[in-house]
Amino acid sequence: MPVTAVLILAAGTFAIRFAGPLLRDRVTLPDRVREIISASATVLLLALVAVSALTNGKQFGGWALALGVVVGGLAAWRKLPFVVVIVLAAATTAGLRLLGVG
Amino acid sequence: MLLRDVAAVALGAAVTGASFGAISVGSGLPWWMPVLMSLVIFAGGSQFMAVGIVASGGSPAAAVLAGLVLNARHLPFGLAVGDVLGNGWLARIVGSHLLIDESTAFAMAQRDPARARAAYWACGVSLFFTWNAGVLIGALAGQAIGDPGTFGLDAAFPAAMLALTLPALKDAATRNAALTGAVIALATTPFLPAGVPVLLALAGLVAFRSKKEEPCPSPQS
Repeated sequence: MPVTAVLILAAGTFAIRFAGPLLRDRVTLPDRVREIISASATVLLLALVAVSALTNGKQFGGWALALGVVVGGLAAWRKLPFVVVIVLAAATTAGLRLLGVG
Repeated sequence: MLLRDVAAVALGAAVTGASFGAISVGSGLPWWMPVLMSLVIFAGGSQFMAVGIVASGGSPAAAVLAGLVLNARHLPFGLAVGDVLGNGWLARIVGSHLLIDESTAFAMAQRDPARARAAYWACGVSLFFTWNAGVLIGALAGQAIGDPGTFGLDAAFPAAMLALTLPALKDAATRNAALTGAVIALATTPFLPAGVPVLLALAGLVAFRSKKEEPCPSPQS
């Protein structure tokens, strides 16, 4: 993660945030556009979840990793605290690897 | 009442931040990198996104692009609550940096403009401090943990993002688009450079058809 990339993302993010208060008297986004922007955030996040839970970047990433994320997902769905979700996911994957699951 | 709600959300941000710091360091970044990201980007979802793409071998360009698309949702947020920031340039500049899902949601929940402004700033400032403190603590703790593979930290990362995404998936149209996108990303992963499949997932938006209007933006960190 180069510092340049961090700074570009930071500058771009600030520009997006600053544009709203600056343009609010002149611009109205159609509802459809607002919905699509909101949905695209979720689409990207879930895609990254799927790729990083199920692959190693090229092929299937192994059952230990996949099952750990599934356990974390179930914990999140049951509304357990964020830190519990993460610890359960990591512990499941680490435990399965300890048992020799790939 | 308001302060109690803000405190609860700020505490949650500290925990999420600590996770982000620890997981980032576990993925191979130096401790100061997640700290710098949190100070200057201050948008948790895009920070997780960028680190995740780079950690899985993707290019920094793909990470920046995905992060910017993710943060595009702040534009409609700013159009909706931009008047609560204040009129001076300093207030607008600092206030814009504090424009996050949570501060937007808190401002929109208030009817009275003065209370909306107070809620926005209370939430934004509190979260800025707790989020960054959490990231710093997590990053320093993460250094002590060592190899992420041993402790299953590679599973912690997608699990954290899944927890952030889950509330937005309640909406059927969003869920259809997100599942379609995930399938596209998985199907193209063996053939494309890392990071690109996640961006291609946006094609899943063709499955996004909603009939009803959303009452308020879906809160995600």
